[in-house]
Amino acid sequence: MRKGPIIITAAVALFFVISWIIKSGGAPEGSSSYDAIAEGFWLTFAAFLTLAILSFLYKDNPFYKFAEHLYVGVSAAYWMSLGFWTTLVANLFPRISMTLSEWFQVEFISYQYHFWVPPILGVLLLMRLSPKGGWLSRWALAFIVGTTAGLNLPRFLRSDFIEQISSTMLPILVNWQGFGDFFTNFSLSASGQFVSIVSNFLVVLGVLCGIIYFFFSKEHKGAFGAASRFGIWVLMVTFGASFGYTVMGRISLLVGRLTFLLDDWLGIISG
Amino acid sequence: MTNIGVIISMVFIFGGLLAIMIYSLRGKDIDRRIIFLFVFISVATSVIFNVEFKEYPTVIVKKVFDKIESLPPGSKVLISFDFDPAMKPEVFPMANAFVRHCLVKGHKIYLMTIWATGQALMNETVETVIKEEFPDAVYGEDYVTLGFKAGGVGVLNVIITDFRKMYPTDEHGTSLDSIPLFAEVKSAKDLDLVLPIGGGQPGPKEWILFIGDPGDVPIAPGLAAVVAPLIYPYYPKQAIGLLGGVKGAAEYESLLRQVYPQFQDVPAPALRMMGPQTMAHIVIMAFIVIGNITYFRSRRRGAE
Amino acid sequence: MKKQIPILITATVGTVLVLSVFFPPAKMLGEDFSLFFDIIAVFAFFLGGGNLVRVHFIKVYRRKSDWVYSVVTLVGFTMMLASGLFKLGGPPGISGSVTADGSYLNTMFIHIIAPLSSTMYALLAFFVASASYRAFRAKNREATILLIAAFVILLGRTPLGMMATGWVWESLSIFQIPNLAVWVMNVPNLAGQRSILIGVGLGVVAMSLRLILGMDRTYLGGDND
Repeated sequence: MRKGPIIITAAVALFFVISWIIKSGGAPEGSSSYDAIAEGFWLTFAAFLTLAILSFLYKDNPFYKFAEHLYVGVSAAYWMSLGFWTTLVANLFPRISMTLSEWFQVEFISYQYHFWVPPILGVLLLMRLSPKGGWLSRWALAFIVGTTAGLNLPRFLRSDFIEQISSTMLPILVNWQGFGDFFTNFSLSASGQFVSIVSNFLVVLGVLCGIIYFFFSKEHKGAFGAASRFGIWVLMVTFGASFGYTVMGRISLLVGRLTFLLDDWLGIISG
Repeated sequence: MTNIGVIISMVFIFGGLLAIMIYSLRGKDIDRRIIFLFVFISVATSVIFNVEFKEYPTVIVKKVFDKIESLPPGSKVLISFDFDPAMKPEVFPMANAFVRHCLVKGHKIYLMTIWATGQALMNETVETVIKEEFPDAVYGEDYVTLGFKAGGVGVLNVIITDFRKMYPTDEHGTSLDSIPLFAEVKSAKDLDLVLPIGGGQPGPKEWILFIGDPGDVPIAPGLAAVVAPLIYPYYPKQAIGLLGGVKGAAEYESLLRQVYPQFQDVPAPALRMMGPQTMAHIVIMAFIVIGNITYFRSRRRGAE
Repeated sequence: MKKQIPILITATVGTVLVLSVFFPPAKMLGEDFSLFFDIIAVFAFFLGGGNLVRVHFIKVYRRKSDWVYSVVTLVGFTMMLASGLFKLGGPPGISGSVTADGSYLNTMFIHIIAPLSSTMYALLAFFVASASYRAFRAKNREATILLIAAFVILLGRTPLGMMATGWVWESLSIFQIPNLAVWVMNVPNLAGQRSILIGVGLGVVAMSLRLILGMDRTYLGGDND
């Protein structure tokens, strides 16, 4: 084995062992020495994992790969554990078995025999892992697809179609107060006639032209083409706003991580 | 000390940006790691020196605040923690601010989640906000934690007609029938306000589609910045207001401090984050400007 | 048999759930189907976990490249699963919350999942900055509009916007950058997002109908499967 990686690994390990020792000494008063050592370890380990992921910015490396693989493993198990206790134990067992309910110390509801259907479908879903019985998982998949379609159809029709069109039908003249106010008050508040009227007009026009842009069954020429062109401008503003918000969101996460490293771990934040 | 630190880092950052501009104008390529370093330094220095700004609440955030203010004490407010640690810095301050506001107003709060990761974060709020700042709040009478259920929209479709069918017990295994907060609550329709916090799927959008619209329940979502623009079409009819990203959270924290001076000393992480946030925005905008200047210069040279 | 039964299941479940919105007698069945869906979702978690174990176990067994990291995945998975399923470290007894304060599951969530998950997404901040420098160019009219909108939001959603334009008179307050950012979000952004939402909403409705009516069978996969 080459010397370079061994030296780097040893240096990193030493660095974090020192951190563990220092952090174990800084536990809150009243906690036992075992708690302090455990707290020091976990804090150091969290910092190590954070830095391991950030090291990808330089280039892909074993520390990043370690952290990435650990993440995949623990996340899957976390979801499984939560699903088991909160849904299977709490919602299924009290409806199908008194023995299981007693064993898991949950209140038995009543025998509801049709609740055997989901565990049977669930087991069929797991058949996907078997090389030969994979086709049986289609039954469970069909149930999932049917439920999703059945749940979504009326809700999307109501909230994302009918309600959206209804919300777009805005008054063009909002509390008209005369031309004087219209041409002098450019306030964003409700009293600003110009902004309110132009805004409502733009919302109606923008929605209409945006939809026209997505309508590909007619060639985008003439008045239709002009509307489509305006639609794409509106969409560009939308994408620009989304970009701005995305930047904002990603930076927030970075601030969160750096606050952890600099404050919780290193404790070097002023104020 | 802080001011000197800020000034030194500003000089370093803006001097560096100027150097990068000169370097790019000479037609040389900037290594991506230099850009990474600038983002890192700009955020890290403002985190270290704790740069803070005053916040001016916007109407869309104020509407959520006013709604909670206008509800009579004892109103039933559900807060859903539909997020994971990846969204935590943005939306966790919102969750804590909502909890503080509701409890100080005397509302009854119901905490739940349709994200497995939300349950641990919900418990963090209970331990660090409710138990520490509101020691008189009684579990079951002032707040209750329902916890996580798998299935996303399937969960919402059940609680809109019957909470007990989906949640026979609370998170700790206590039957809902023996919890005073559920004496008058049969379904989500009996709630006075729902505050779904998140940014993924299922999340606030699903709360509007499956609870707000069919149940006629007011919804005021707290959103991760990435999805905030997508929820605007539901405002103001289907969502009474919304908090978008860390800025929305900071505005809410600032409103809470203005109206309730007792919260002056409680942590306001979103307000603290706005300093580094601003610095990072400046650096990114500077990079866009430098990139465009270089682009137009090279295009003009090409035309010549 | 391999295709007819799944199509029948999809049609029945979908129809009942649609009917449950308009037809009260179907409501109870609709709730039950939703609950079934929630329970099957847990089996989907198990399927995901099972598949993960299978893939990484094969990798370790066959000593494929980077198999050592697969050991990390398997060890992490086993530790977390054991902590969760046996409620290790939590309050005594079996009835307490699985994420109770002090439980191993909660400790590992706070110190492993939380830093890994949030740092993974925080990396994107760096790549967004790099992309802004390299690709965000005002090459034509549309790109310029996009760029201006992004600038207004980036400035307006920080205190910087108010510092720069806070002096503008109240009657012209729309030209204060934070107000302009609010206006961009409430008007053009809302209009654009709404036009997309209406299109997507109709698409979801049409797709759901096709699935319920058995016209779309792509989810069943190929015949040989």
